Amino acid sequence: MRIAHAMIEVSNVSHRYGAHEVLKAVNLRIGERRVGIIGANGSGKSTFARLLNGLLIPDEGSVTVDGIDTREDVKAVRRRVGFVFQNPDNQIVFPIVEEDVAFGLRNLKLPKDEVARRVDAVLERYRLERLRDHATHLLSGGEKQMLAISAVLVMEPRYVVLDEPMTLLDLRNKKLVLEIIRGIEQPVVLVTHDLDHLRDFDRIVVFDEGGVMADGPPETAIREYVRAMA
Amino acid sequence: MTTRDMTFVALFAALTAACAVFPPFQPPFVPAPIVVQNIGVMLAGSILGARRGSLAMALFVVLVAVGMPLLTGWRGGFGVILGPTGGFILSWVPAAFVVGWLVERGWSRLGFWNLLVFNVIGGISVVYLIGIPWLAAVANMELGKAVKVSTIFIPGDLAKAAIASFAALIVKRSYPLIRA
Amino acid sequence: MLSLYVPGDSIVHRLPAGPKLLALFAASTALFAVSGIPIHAAELLAVAGLFRAARLPWRDTLHQLRPALIFLVPIFLFHAFVTDWRLGIETVLRILVLLLLAVLVTLTTKLSDMIDVLERALRPLRHVGVNPSKAGMMLSMVIRFIPLMTREAREILEAQRARGLDRSALALLVPLLIKTLKMAGDLSDAIEARGYDPETVAPVWRRWG
Ligand SMILES: Nc1ncnc2c1ncn2[C@@H]1O[C@H](COP(=O)(O)OP(=O)(O)OP(=O)(O)O)[C@@H](O)[C@H]1O
Ligand SMILES: [Mg+2]
Repeated sequence: MRIAHAMIEVSNVSHRYGAHEVLKAVNLRIGERRVGIIGANGSGKSTFARLLNGLLIPDEGSVTVDGIDTREDVKAVRRRVGFVFQNPDNQIVFPIVEEDVAFGLRNLKLPKDEVARRVDAVLERYRLERLRDHATHLLSGGEKQMLAISAVLVMEPRYVVLDEPMTLLDLRNKKLVLEIIRGIEQPVVLVTHDLDHLRDFDRIVVFDEGGVMADGPPETAIREYVRAMA
Repeated sequence: MTTRDMTFVALFAALTAACAVFPPFQPPFVPAPIVVQNIGVMLAGSILGARRGSLAMALFVVLVAVGMPLLTGWRGGFGVILGPTGGFILSWVPAAFVVGWLVERGWSRLGFWNLLVFNVIGGISVVYLIGIPWLAAVANMELGKAVKVSTIFIPGDLAKAAIASFAALIVKRSYPLIRA
Repeated sequence: MLSLYVPGDSIVHRLPAGPKLLALFAASTALFAVSGIPIHAAELLAVAGLFRAARLPWRDTLHQLRPALIFLVPIFLFHAFVTDWRLGIETVLRILVLLLLAVLVTLTTKLSDMIDVLERALRPLRHVGVNPSKAGMMLSMVIRFIPLMTREAREILEAQRARGLDRSALALLVPLLIKTLKMAGDLSDAIEARGYDPETVAPVWRRWG
C-alpha cells in the first residue's frame, strides 16, 4: 500500500486538446500553504488547475492528491480539492443563495441538520446571512463570487484551487475576495494574473507554453516572469 | 445521462422560456397567436438530438403545466395545456424528438437544406399534425376550417425553421454536441 | 419573473408546497373551463384577499407583474377593436387571475420545496425510465438559466445594436447559443467539482430547512 502524502503530486503530466499539446511533461509536488500559478494567456494554467481535482484526467502521467490518483477515484479527489472558477455565473447552480450553498453538502449525503448547521455557519462567516433567501441572479458580481467561494468552502475540502477568482471583480471586491483567500485555513493554489496578490505566498510557479518556466519564492519567480515577458 | 447532458437540456428549456419575451402577434379570427417561441423546439432538436432535445421540451411543458407563466404573453398553467393551443405546446416534445432523430441520422452530411427539411418535417409538420386537430376539437371548429386558419402560421414557421437551421449549423461547427 | 421567494410566516407561506401547487394547477384548469366577467371579477377579489393574507410587500408583487401588465393592454385593445370589448375584459381578467395566483405561489414558496413536490409527483414515472432526482435537478437549473439567458440576450442585443446588426435574428441567436452553451459546459464542470454524481440513486433534492 502507498503511504498517503499530504500533498498534491503531478508526475510527468502531458495533456492535449486534439492535436494541440497544452501541457508538456509537467512535474510538480505541491505541499506549501500558499502556491501561486502565473503565466501568459494560453500557457496552460487553467488546464493544470483542472487536473488537480479531476475535472480533467491527464492523457499521460498522473495526478495524485494525498496519494489518491485522479484516474482511480475522482470522487474522493473532488471531495478533497475544492475548485473556484473565474466566472461565478458559471458555477452558481441554484436560483436561491442558501440552496446553492447547500448543494455540495447534499451531494456528500450529509444529514439534514448537519447541512443546515454548516450552511448557517458559512453564510454567517462570509457575511451572506442577509442574502440567504435572495435570488442568485440578482446578486452583484462581488456577492456572486463570495457565494461561489462559500459554496466550495462549506464542503471543507483539504485543498482549495482558485482559477482567477478576482479577474471579473472591481477593486473593492478584489480586495474582499483576496481577504477571504488569505483567511482560508487550507492549502491554497491560486491562479492569477495579478502579481501583487502573490507577494506573501510561499511559492510561485510560472507556466510558459505548457511547461514550468520558473518555480520558487515570489521575488525570484516573479522577477524571472517579468523578465521573460519584457 | 451525464451532468453535461443535464445542463444542456436545462439550457434549451430555458432558451425556449426566454423566447417568451418576444411579444405574440395575434392575427384576427385565429384562436392561437403567432410566437417566436417554437424556434426553441427546432433548436433543441437540431442541436441536442432526439433524446435530450425532447427532454428539454418536456421540462418546459412540465413547468408550464404547473402554472409557471413561461409561454409567450405570460401564459401558463394546466388550463393553457387543455385549451385550444394546448396541442401545439404538447407537440413540442415529439416534434423535438423527430427533428433530433433526423438530425442524428444525417449528422455526417448535414447541410443547410437537409437540416431545413428536417426542421420542416419535425418542427412544423409534427406540430401541425397534433396541434391542428386539437385546436379543431377544443375550439369546436371543423377540421377543414382549422387547417385553413392555421395556414397563417406557415410563413413565420418557415422563417423560423430557416433561422434555426442556419444557427444550428454554425453551432455544429464550433460546438458539436451530437456524437461529440 | 420566477423564483423570487419573499420570506414570511403568513398562512399562505406556511401552507405546504404540495397543496399550493395543486391549487394552482386546479385553478389554472378551472379558469379556462368556467369563464365569464362576473366569475373572474369574484376570483380577482378572492385572490386579492389571499395576497392580503400573505402580507406580501406591494413592491415585490408589482415587480413580478409589471412585464405581464404591459401586455394586457394590447390584448384588450385587440379584442375591443376586432372582436368584442367584453371578451377583452374577460380575457384580461382571466390572465390577471392566473398570473396573480402564479405570482402568489412563487412569492410564498421556496423553490426547493416546489421542485421537491414536482420530484415527488414524477416518482410514479420511474417505471418508464424517468429519474425523478435528475428531473428535479434539471428543473431547478432551468429556473436558474432563465434570467441568465435573458441577461445574455440583452447584452448581445446591445452590442449588436452598436454595430447596426440589431435587425438580424441570427446576429442575436448565434452568439447567444455559443455563449450559453459554453456557460452550460462550464457549469456542468462546476457541478461535478462540487461532488454531484448523476448516477446517484437517492434523490439529490431532499427537502431541508
Ligand atoms: N476545451 C478546450 N479545447 C481546446 N483547446 C483548449 C481548451 N481549453 C483550453 N484550450 C487551449 O489550451 C491552451 C491552454 O489553455 P489554458 O486555458 O490552460 O490557458 P491559461 O494559461 O489558463 O490561459 P488564460 O491566462 O488565458 O486563462 C490554449 O491555447 C487554449 O486555447
Ligand atoms: Mg485560464
